Amino acid sequence: MEKKKEISVVLSGAAGQGIQTVEEILVRVIKDSDLYVFATKEYMSRIRGGNNSTTLRISCEPVHANIDRIDLLVVLNENAIDRLRWRMNDSTIVLGEEKFVRNEPNHVIIDFSKIAESFGNRIYANSVATGVLAGIMNLNVEALKKNIEEHFSTRSKEIIGANVSAALKGYEIGRSLNLKLELTRCEEVKHKRLLSGSKAVALGAVAAGCNFVSSYPMSPSTVVFTELAKMAKSHGILVEQAEDEIAAANMVIAAWYAGARGLVTTSGGGFALMCEAISLAGMIETPIVVHLGQRPGPATGLPTRTEQADLNLVLYAGHGEFPRVVYAPGSIEEAYELTARAFNVADKFQIPVFILTDQYLLDSYYLVDQLPEVSIERHIVKTNQNYRRYEITEDGISPRGIPGYGDGLVRVDSDEHDEFGHITESASVRKMMVEKRLKKFKRIVEESLTPRFFGSENYELLLVSWGSTFLIVREALRSLGNDKIAHLHFPQVYPVPPTAKRFFEKAKKIIFIEQNATGQFANLIKQTFCMDTSNRILKYDGFPYSVEQVLRAVREKLEVE
Amino acid sequence: MFQPNDYDIPNADIAWCPGCGNFGIMRALKTALAQLNLSPQNVVIVSGIGQAAKMPQYVKAHMFNGLHGRSLPAAVAIKMANPELVVIAESGDGCSYGEGGNHFIHTIRKNPDITNIVHNNQIYGLTKGQASPTTMRGQITTLQIDGVYVDPFNPIAVAVALDASFVARTFSGYLDLTVEIFKQAIQHKGYALVDVFQPCVSFNKLNTYEWYKENTYILPDSYDPTDRVQAFRIATETKKFALGVIYKNPSKPVFEEQLIAYKTNKTPIAYRGLIA
Repeated sequence: MEKKKEISVVLSGAAGQGIQTVEEILVRVIKDSDLYVFATKEYMSRIRGGNNSTTLRISCEPVHANIDRIDLLVVLNENAIDRLRWRMNDSTIVLGEEKFVRNEPNHVIIDFSKIAESFGNRIYANSVATGVLAGIMNLNVEALKKNIEEHFSTRSKEIIGANVSAALKGYEIGRSLNLKLELTRCEEVKHKRLLSGSKAVALGAVAAGCNFVSSYPMSPSTVVFTELAKMAKSHGILVEQAEDEIAAANMVIAAWYAGARGLVTTSGGGFALMCEAISLAGMIETPIVVHLGQRPGPATGLPTRTEQADLNLVLYAGHGEFPRVVYAPGSIEEAYELTARAFNVADKFQIPVFILTDQYLLDSYYLVDQLPEVSIERHIVKTNQNYRRYEITEDGISPRGIPGYGDGLVRVDSDEHDEFGHITESASVRKMMVEKRLKKFKRIVEESLTPRFFGSENYELLLVSWGSTFLIVREALRSLGNDKIAHLHFPQVYPVPPTAKRFFEKAKKIIFIEQNATGQFANLIKQTFCMDTSNRILKYDGFPYSVEQVLRAVREKLEVE
Repeated sequence: MFQPNDYDIPNADIAWCPGCGNFGIMRALKTALAQLNLSPQNVVIVSGIGQAAKMPQYVKAHMFNGLHGRSLPAAVAIKMANPELVVIAESGDGCSYGEGGNHFIHTIRKNPDITNIVHNNQIYGLTKGQASPTTMRGQITTLQIDGVYVDPFNPIAVAVALDASFVARTFSGYLDLTVEIFKQAIQHKGYALVDVFQPCVSFNKLNTYEWYKENTYILPDSYDPTDRVQAFRIATETKKFALGVIYKNPSKPVFEEQLIAYKTNKTPIAYRGLIA
């Protein structure tokens, strides 16, 4: 039997039908069966009904990006096929209850609910579906049992038992279908870890010593908040669900002032409310780390979908002039590393630092290697009696004290202030303080992250990405295999690293790929280097790019030439 | 023992009008801090924006002078990060009850161990004479030229309704009473609201020193502040306004003491990992 290299499974049903439960259990069973997995989901902004779907790529090789192709579609409600038709092909197998799948050429009828009922309750249908999929792919049956048990571990023995039996029945059915969707196992998977974008942000924060989080729930950033809440006890984190985003941001700044390392996690609409606080952080030179999980705006927009349209918001948030840094992780590993880095950079330069993710990255998961250790760099000094919070120094960075640590007084003021933090309207002091704050920019730029280059040195075309499109573009270009095309990814979008210039200068042609309608990053590059950035691939329908879509767009661009 | 002038900031250029009620409040605050023997290194004064919010500029202690309306979230966070500090949030009526109204409600619900001093002069001073949330109905101002046509916000009634753990009102013209109430508020374990009536000599021609003397009365020693129904009645009086500790609920759990991060380790988050 010829074994496949990769299977793409899509689960689709209404909100509340438990697709997420199947996804959560199945990814673990896949991992425990020594296979690579990538999962991402799209869902409607509702608690019940509608249609949501999860894409799982199961492979013998590492997989990290969204694709359109569906090999096996599991249908749980009536409008699933209509919504996903465009992703299906002649060999897509459709699996589900007769009434949903009977008109499809390659259908397999499985009555999940009826099988579930034979174990006492139709609610076990999810476990049946999980079992069927595990059976079809010949996954490890022990791993199936273990993960079902773990998932339902807080429930009664009867319920756990029924779910396991339902899953095993499903497994048996899956095996008997003989669909030839099996993959070769890879031992190295044992050493990897399943991680989501959201959890990576939370773990990065904790690794860098985050011990304070105050936020107001907002999709898609809330999971970072709940992950930190889960770690509150083990890692000593103060967690506060504030009354609004304004309170949340002010709390985080004040927590840093008092000596904590704080994070606020939000989305565009919530962040819009925090802009004044960002300006406060700029003025009182108190660090703040903001995680902004982007979703399409303006206003409420598409609350559960994805976009990269808040770059301008974070670039210009807050009145007045002050330095800041913006990171845009392109992978789950970068989500971890850049979040951790954000804490150290915010602390060092006493500035706001942003981590710009999006729904796609936060809600995706795949297998990662051991996460690197992160050093917690705290730049706090013990104060003496003559302490001046805003002491003028050569690089603009004044030693930062905290109340109660030393004999000095830590006085910060949102008004323009002198070195002691006292309110002033002196023109000369004002000028000196503006220059002091902006002087930090020099070192911030010096320490900025060089963009990541992929490709051969004699490239002609350069495809530029930032944030979560990174790995989709990466896979698309790999499969294109054209060594005249190279890829430049920006994990740090602001300040634009000066080292980026040489990559642009070498290219004959540059294409920017972004998930927004105006090319915000391309505009920033244009402004920074005074170069032509008009060649752009843009998408703004709320759904993430796929490898196929990027390939198609790049090919179209090449044909135009 | 500390003396009130130990909290003076040398050469401070005070931006208040001569005769402003803020001077009396500052005197009372410094006296209360001295009588409680609190070292400036142990006290953080958090404020918003406005003339009242300039208080920490003139008091020797740690200072967090933040944004308009946002003194309470900042004060709560500072107390969370370092419960060993004495945290006082101090601002005017516009900052505390208008711009920061939502924070006022939710800080009462949380009950952190902070003191909230609100300078209530029933007018906007720094912006030159518009109505504040506590300006009385009918009062003519520079902006409400036909008179204010909405009811004033009643902070005391709101605080009692939300079961705030300490609710008091005083008048800046009564130094001893104000010192006594500030001391009780700072010593109170939990959120303490002190609403301080204060004349604005430049922009409020109605609520003058004389007006406050005539329209307030001091609660008698026999008054029981733990009786919530009675407190609510006192809070809603409109003929004469009561001064003193109006309501107290000493059994409310303190916010920061319930945080998971402090359940097993009492070291302030701020100090963890620092070399002593």
